[in-house]
Amino acid sequence: MNLSVDIAGVTLKNPVMTASGTFGSGEEYSEFVDLNRLGAVVTKGVANIPWPGNPTPRVAETYGGMLNAIGLQNPGIDVFVRRDLPFLKQFDTKVVVNVCGRTTEDYVEVVERLSEEPADLLEINISCPNVKEGGIAFGQSAKAAEAITRAVKEKAGQPVIMKLSPNVTYIAEMARAVEAGGADAVSLINTLTGMKIDIHRRTFALANKTGGLSGPAVKPVAVRMVYQAAQAVKIPVIGMGGIRSAEDALEFILAGAAAVSVGTANFHNPYVTMEILDGIRAYMEQYGVSDVRELVGAVR
Amino acid sequence: MKRKESAKVLSQECLAPGIFSMWLEAGIADEAVPGQFVSLYSRDGSRLLPRPLSLCEIGEGRIRLVYRVAGAGTEEFSALQAGDAIEILGPLGNGFPLKEAEGKRVFLIGGGIGVPPMVETAKRILGEKILVMGYRDSQMFLKEELERTGSLFVATEDGSFGTRGNVLDAVRERGLSADLIFACGPAPMLRAVKTYAGEQGIPAWISMEERMACGIGACLACVCGSKEVDGHSHVKNKRICKDGPVFLAEEVEL
Repeated sequence: MNLSVDIAGVTLKNPVMTASGTFGSGEEYSEFVDLNRLGAVVTKGVANIPWPGNPTPRVAETYGGMLNAIGLQNPGIDVFVRRDLPFLKQFDTKVVVNVCGRTTEDYVEVVERLSEEPADLLEINISCPNVKEGGIAFGQSAKAAEAITRAVKEKAGQPVIMKLSPNVTYIAEMARAVEAGGADAVSLINTLTGMKIDIHRRTFALANKTGGLSGPAVKPVAVRMVYQAAQAVKIPVIGMGGIRSAEDALEFILAGAAAVSVGTANFHNPYVTMEILDGIRAYMEQYGVSDVRELVGAVR
Repeated sequence: MKRKESAKVLSQECLAPGIFSMWLEAGIADEAVPGQFVSLYSRDGSRLLPRPLSLCEIGEGRIRLVYRVAGAGTEEFSALQAGDAIEILGPLGNGFPLKEAEGKRVFLIGGGIGVPPMVETAKRILGEKILVMGYRDSQMFLKEELERTGSLFVATEDGSFGTRGNVLDAVRERGLSADLIFACGPAPMLRAVKTYAGEQGIPAWISMEERMACGIGACLACVCGSKEVDGHSHVKNKRICKDGPVFLAEEVEL
């Protein structure tokens, strides 16, 4: 049985990855999960300098999901390269470094800094709804998305995955824009911008007022967008958004995702990635599927 | 090592309106120390995030959680009966530094739902200790357990028992003093304790609270401002779940 998949020339031993921001740089979850069994670890977003993030409260539970407005707190690329990358390189898994920034120069600086480092893939976050500048500003205009993809690609030493925002009118247009800019793959969806109000305190549940909605509540939206993106581009699509079981992961794969990322579900069950992997294998056995790649985009 | 396990409910009891006590049979009891917490998972799939609850007592193979029903998740827990199972993750965070208390006179200060972790903490401090607990009213849950461990002073907001006012009003009214403070309670109380400790020139270890998601230090939801640059993100944000929840008061912002 083959579970390995190819993303822009990088072979993942299986299609199960973590979603950026939910798994740190793997260290905390390594107490629960054998990182060697993951297709890839996708790190929390890293910027050129340390970012302090947003005020608290930063998270709120919603029905079947959660809102977060962490604000991309991260130690910056220097600490990341010195501490987090060496930690991850101890494991037999691929390392996808998620990159965030406020300006094109910020992104390019991080990407250049990583070009000689042992990262396997870069994921460029142009879709975080929780920071005022950068991030989402690049992810909501096809022109800006194409331009930043091109700028990043020029300096990147690794294949580039562009992470797309669902907070757009036409996802296919955004996927085509980053493909035109030279992206090697796309990943989606980032979180949907949401809000929760505490009626007893008569205030916003999050200090940032708005936050990104994730978890099972967003899954049907995510599956639809992954399908539309996969129909629109030739580059691989990585699917995510509310996956918490093998059945969920398989929906994304059948919709066209070459690999999947598991995010919020890690908070509900730290062992969930392993359970999803076992479940995909069981499904393939049940249906006599010898190669997981046969399933990718099988539903048209 | 922290782990997720299925714990068996041994008993469930209502101690005061909205305050419940639950004993669980849990393997993590053998590693847990007072001041640490566990995360409890809802059986309702629409509630994704674990609920962090402090450890009130730690027995052999069992733990006691005393918690306030604050929403649908804790309401679900309060309906569990002996024999039921619940998924828990723990032990999480760092407990009170009991070694610091050796040979010292210690204030153990708890306010509201910050009272429970003081029970096991008090049991493990063998030296001189002064317990000061603050409640809203005469519904003084855990009062008997606390009295068994040392001299207890109570403050109630409505003045129905002990000193009228807060825990520091009780400290002043009774002319109490100590060399060290361990405290858990709402933010305004912790702020007051921090100020008091500064005035007295004594160290205060306080247990902090914030909205959490992962509970293990990965998601960076439950941070608090810190005086020094933190070791994780190299900003000034400590992770309450992983670096805390117990901090030296002067090191964190309240």
